[in-house]
Amino acid sequence: MTEFAYLIPLLQLLSFVMIIFFLRWKEKVSSGLAVTMSVAAWVMSVWVLIETICKYIGAHGAHVEPFEITYYLTVFPKINLEIGILVDALTAMMLLVVSTIGACVQIYSLGYMRGDKYFSRFFAYLSLFLFSMFGLVLANNFFMIFIFWELVGLTSYLLIGFYFEKKSASDAGKKAFITNRIGDLGFIIGLLLIGTYAGTFNYREVFDAVSGGVFPPEVLVVAAIGLFCGAIGKSAQFPLHVWLPDAMEGPTPVSALIHAATMVVAGVYLVARGMDIFVGSADAAFVVAAIGLITSFMAATIALTQNDIKRVLAYSTVSQLGYMIMALGLYGYDTANGIHSPGYYAGTFHLMTHAFFKGLLFLAAGSVIHAVHTNDIREMGGLLKKMPKTGWTFLVASASISGVPLTAGFFSKDEIVAAAAHHPVFYFFTLLIAFMTAFYMWRLCFMTFFGKPRDAEKFDHAHESPATMTGPLVFLGVLAVIGGWVGIPGMTGFSEFVFHGEPYHTHVDWVNILIASSVGLGGIYLAWLMYLKKAISADKIAQTFRPLYLMSLNKWWFDELYDIVFIRPILTLGRFLWTFDARVIDGLVNGVAWFTLFWAEMKQLFDTYVIDGAVNGSGWLVSNLGQALRYLQTGRVQFYTLFIVLMIIVLATFRMLPTGTWLLWTLTFLCAALLLGLIGRRTVTNTAHTESEKQA
Amino acid sequence: MEFQLPEYSLRMMLPEIVLFLAALVVITFDVVTKRKSGTAVGYLAMGGLVLTAIVMATTGYGRGFGNMFIVNPLALFFKVIFIGAAFMAIGSSFGITQKKIVNHRGEFFGLIMFSTLGMMFLASSRELVSLYIGLELTTIPLFVLAGFFKDDKRSVEAGIKYLIVGAFSSALLLYGISFLYGLTGTTDLFQMQVGLATKQIATQGNMGAIMVVAIVTIVAGLGFKLALPPFHQWAPDVYEGAPTPVTAFLSVGSKAAGLVAFVKVVVIGLYSFYEPLMKPNDWGIMVGVLAAVATILGNTVAIRQTNIKRMLAYSSIAHVGYMMIGLLAMNELGLSSVAFYMFAYLFTNMGAFAIVTLVEERTGSCDISDYNGLARSAPFVSLSLAIFLLSLTGVPPLAGFVGKFYIFAAALKQAGSQAGQDWLYWLVGVGILTTVFALYYYANVIKMMYFGKREDPPKITLNPPAVAVVVIGLVGVILFGLYPAPIIEFASNIPLSYGFIVP
Repeated sequence: MTEFAYLIPLLQLLSFVMIIFFLRWKEKVSSGLAVTMSVAAWVMSVWVLIETICKYIGAHGAHVEPFEITYYLTVFPKINLEIGILVDALTAMMLLVVSTIGACVQIYSLGYMRGDKYFSRFFAYLSLFLFSMFGLVLANNFFMIFIFWELVGLTSYLLIGFYFEKKSASDAGKKAFITNRIGDLGFIIGLLLIGTYAGTFNYREVFDAVSGGVFPPEVLVVAAIGLFCGAIGKSAQFPLHVWLPDAMEGPTPVSALIHAATMVVAGVYLVARGMDIFVGSADAAFVVAAIGLITSFMAATIALTQNDIKRVLAYSTVSQLGYMIMALGLYGYDTANGIHSPGYYAGTFHLMTHAFFKGLLFLAAGSVIHAVHTNDIREMGGLLKKMPKTGWTFLVASASISGVPLTAGFFSKDEIVAAAAHHPVFYFFTLLIAFMTAFYMWRLCFMTFFGKPRDAEKFDHAHESPATMTGPLVFLGVLAVIGGWVGIPGMTGFSEFVFHGEPYHTHVDWVNILIASSVGLGGIYLAWLMYLKKAISADKIAQTFRPLYLMSLNKWWFDELYDIVFIRPILTLGRFLWTFDARVIDGLVNGVAWFTLFWAEMKQLFDTYVIDGAVNGSGWLVSNLGQALRYLQTGRVQFYTLFIVLMIIVLATFRMLPTGTWLLWTLTFLCAALLLGLIGRRTVTNTAHTESEKQA
Repeated sequence: MEFQLPEYSLRMMLPEIVLFLAALVVITFDVVTKRKSGTAVGYLAMGGLVLTAIVMATTGYGRGFGNMFIVNPLALFFKVIFIGAAFMAIGSSFGITQKKIVNHRGEFFGLIMFSTLGMMFLASSRELVSLYIGLELTTIPLFVLAGFFKDDKRSVEAGIKYLIVGAFSSALLLYGISFLYGLTGTTDLFQMQVGLATKQIATQGNMGAIMVVAIVTIVAGLGFKLALPPFHQWAPDVYEGAPTPVTAFLSVGSKAAGLVAFVKVVVIGLYSFYEPLMKPNDWGIMVGVLAAVATILGNTVAIRQTNIKRMLAYSSIAHVGYMMIGLLAMNELGLSSVAFYMFAYLFTNMGAFAIVTLVEERTGSCDISDYNGLARSAPFVSLSLAIFLLSLTGVPPLAGFVGKFYIFAAALKQAGSQAGQDWLYWLVGVGILTTVFALYYYANVIKMMYFGKREDPPKITLNPPAVAVVVIGLVGVILFGLYPAPIIEFASNIPLSYGFIVP
C-alpha cells in the first residue's frame, strides 16, 4: 500500500473536482462522495501505518530507509525541482492523525451542516483541505511542502470565511490569511537559503548537506529561524497567535479539523521534519523552545477567563501547540549539546494524542452549540442530563487533556514534563501550564454540563445530536483514552517508532509521574471547588487580582497592541499621504494650471489621433487582415489549384530574381488572385455553385 | 545493399500486417452480419488498433527488405500517434455513424484503418518510392472518407475538392522527387543526402534552377498534406464538409503523416540545403517565411469564423506554423520538441473534435453559437472543451504549453548559437505574438459556454466510446503537461536515431 500512498491525496482532489464542477447540485451524492473518499483515505492510512510499523519493528532498531518516490520536473532543467512522496514513521503517524480526524469530521458534518445553503460546497472545501494536508504530510521536499502549505492556508481562509455574509467571519478569514503571510515571508527566506546553499530542496539531501557542513553556521541559524517563522504563523505561536481565536468564526467542524487537530500542527510537523537543521544550530533550537514556552504560558492564562466555549478551546489549542513546539525545541537544543532527550518523541506523541482529544472537544462543543444555539458558557449548565453522549465524551477528553492517569494525554504530557526536567525554568512553567490547563478545562466542564441550568429556555430546547454527530464523538472518545497506550513508559511503542537519530528508550519515572499527575488533578480539584462546590468565589479572586484578571480577559491586549503599533500607523501614513496630496500637490497643480491646461489640450490631440489611432488601428488591422485573407478563400477548387501554381512560381523565383523585381512580381500575383477572388465572389452571390462558397 | 532473410523482414512488418488483416476483418464482419452489426463493428475496429499497438510494442527496432523498411524511434513514435488518432477518431464516431451511415459502417472504419496503414508504411519508409506509395495509401482512403455522407452536399463537395487538390499536389511531389532522382541516381534518402551534398560542393553551390524547382515542388506537395500556407486553401472547406471524426483524423493523423514525410524528405534528405550551409538553393528561409505566414494567417482568419470546424481548421494551419518553427531550429532539441508537440496535439485536437462531434449529434450543426450557455446543461463537455482549447492556446500547465515552450526554446537556442540565423528571432517573435491572437478566439468559445445567457442550452447525450476518447484526451493533456519527462526523453532518441548532428 505504501507504494500507492500518493493516491490518498489524489482521491480527495478527485472528490473536490467532481463536487465543484459536476455534483454541486446534488447534495446527497456530493457529501456521500466526500465522506467515502475520506474513509477510503483513512483505511489506506491505517494500512500504510501498519506496513511502516512492520518495516521498523522488523529492523530491530537498525537504520531503515524510508520509502521515497520522486519525479524531476524537467520543464525547467536548471532548477532542481521535484515532486515526490516520502513515507517514514513520522509521515505514517501524521497520515493516521489527519485521516482519522478528517473522516470523523466529514461524517459529523453530515449532521451539523444539514440544511445549510452551501452544503455541497462545504464538503468540496473539506476535500480540498484534506488533499492539501495529505500532500503537505507526504511531500518529500521543501518546495513541495511550501506549495501545499499555501494551499492549506487558502482552504483555511475559505473555510473560516465560509459564512461570508457575516462580516466578522470574512474579517477573521482575512486576518488569518494576512497573519500567515507574515510567517510565510520568513519561510520563503529559509527556503531560498536552503535552496541556494544545498542546491536542492529534497529533505534527505538537504539534511545530508547540513551534516556535511555545507552551510556556514550563521546561515544555518537564519535558515532555521526562517523555517520556524513559517511554523509560528501556521501553528499560531507568539507573536502571530492572534488569528487562531478569531478563526473560530468558521463552522465548528472546521475548527475541529483545521484549527485544532490538523492544519495548525503543520507548524509542529515542519519543525519535527526539519529537526536536523535545528539540531545543527543550537541557538535556533533555543529560540524555538522559548517561543513555545512563552506561547503556551500566555495562551493558558488567557484561557482561564474566557466565556466563549470555542475561544477557551482555541486558546487551549494555542497553549498545547506551544507545548509541542517547546518539547521539539528542547530536543534540538539538548541534542546539539550532546544530551539525549525525549523531546522529539514527546512532541510528536503529544501531537497525536492532542489531535484526538482536541478534535473531540471541538466536535462535542459543536454538538453543544448545535443544541443550545449559543457559545457563551454562562448561559449553559446542567447539560449532561440532556445530552449524555456529548457530555460524557467531552468529560473524557477533558480528563485526557488534563493528564488524568491512564488517559492518552497523561502519557504524552508526562514525556513533555520529562523533556523539560533538565531546565528549571522550563520545568516550572511546564508544570504551571499543566495546572492551568486542567483548571480551565474543568471550569468549562463544570459550567457547561453540571450545576443548575442558568438559562431555562435554552436548557429546555436542548437535545442530544443525531447519530452522525455522536458516532464520531464516541469513536474519538475511545481514541482519547487508548490512543496514548502505545506510549506506556518502559514498553516498546511509540518512542521506538517515531524518533530522530537514536530511538529513545523510555523508562518508568515514578517521581515525574506523581508530580505531573498530581498537578493536573490539583487543577481539577480547584475548578471543582470554585465552580461546582462554590467554596471559593471566582468573582472575589477576580476582584483581588483585578489587573491580572483584566490582562487575561483582554488577551494580554495583543489585538489592541497590534492595532496601535501596526494598523493605526499604516492608516495614519495613508491619511498623511492623502493630505499631502490634497495640500501640496494640489497647490503645485494650481500653480502650473495654465501649463496643465495647455498640456492637456495637446495630450488630447495626441491621444485622439495617435494613441487611439494606434490602438484602434491595430485591432482593425488584425481583424480586417483576417477579412481580407478570407477573399482568397473562394470555395472554388479551380481557383485553389491556380493559386498553388502561382505560389510555386513566386517561391521558385524568390532567389532567382533580384529582390525588387521579385516583390513586384509577387504583389502582382497576389493582387490578381484577390481580384479573381472578388470577381468570383460577386458572381457567386447570384449563383451559389457550391456550399462552401456561401460560407466563405 | 545488404541482404537479409525474408522472415526477419516480415517480422519487422508484423504490426502493419496485423492492422491490414484487422481492417479486412472489420469490413467482412459488417457484410457477414448483413449490416446489422450495430456498435460491435466499431469496437472490433478499436480492438484491432489496440492489437496492432500491442504487436508493435513487442516488435522492437530493426530493418527489413534491404533498406526500404525501417523501424526506429522516429517511426515508432509517429506510429503511436497514428494509431492513437485512428483509435480516437473511431471512438468519437459511434454516435454520428449510428445516425447518418445506414449501411456502410464497416467500410467507414475499415477505410480509417487502411489510411492508418498507409501512414505507418510512410513512417517506416527509408527511400522515396516507398514513401510516396505510403503517402498515396494514406490519402486515397481519406478522399472517400471526406465524402462519406453521400446525402450531404457539403460532404460530397469536400470529397471532390480534396481529391482534385490532392491529386494535383501529389503530382507536384512526384515531379520534385523525379528531379532528386535525376540529380543523384538513387531514391535512398541517406545516399541522396550524401549525393546532393557532394554535388553541391562539386558545383560550388551553383546547381541552378533544377534544385530550386525540386525544392519548391516538394515543399508544395508536402505543404498540401500539412495545410501549410499558401497550399492550405483546401483545408477549411474540406474540414468543414467532411464528417467530423474524419476531420479530426485529417487534422491529426494526416498532418502527422505529412510531418513525417517533411522530416524525411526535406529535413533529412535535403539537409545540406539548409540556409547556413548553402546559398542560394536553401529552403530554410523560404519555409521560415511560410511558417510565419501560417501562424499569422491561421490565427487571424480564425477570429472571424462562425463555424467551429472552420475555426479549428484555421487553428490547425497556425499549429503547422509552430511545428515548422521547431523543425527550422535544425538541432536535436528542435526535432524532438516537434515530435512532442505533435504528441500533445494528438490528445488536444482529438479531444476537442470528439466534443464537437458530440455537440453536432445533438444540434445538427457546428455553429459556435450552439455553445452558448452550454456549461449549465453539459458541465463535463464544457469543462473538457475549455481544457482542450486552453491547451491549444498553450496555457500552462497543459501539454500544449510544454510543446510550445520547447519549440521556442529550440529556435532561440539555435538563433543564439549559430551566426547568420537572426531571422529565427523574428520567427519566434511572430510565433509568440500570434499565440496572443489565438487566445482571443479560443477564449471566445469558453466565454460563450460559461457566460452565455441562453434560456435552454441543449443537453448533450454522451456515449461510452466518445466519453472514453474525451477522458483519454484529458488525461493526456493534463498528465503530459505536468509530467512531460518520459515523452521528452523518448522523443530525444529520434534525432539520434538518424545520426542527426548539430551543424
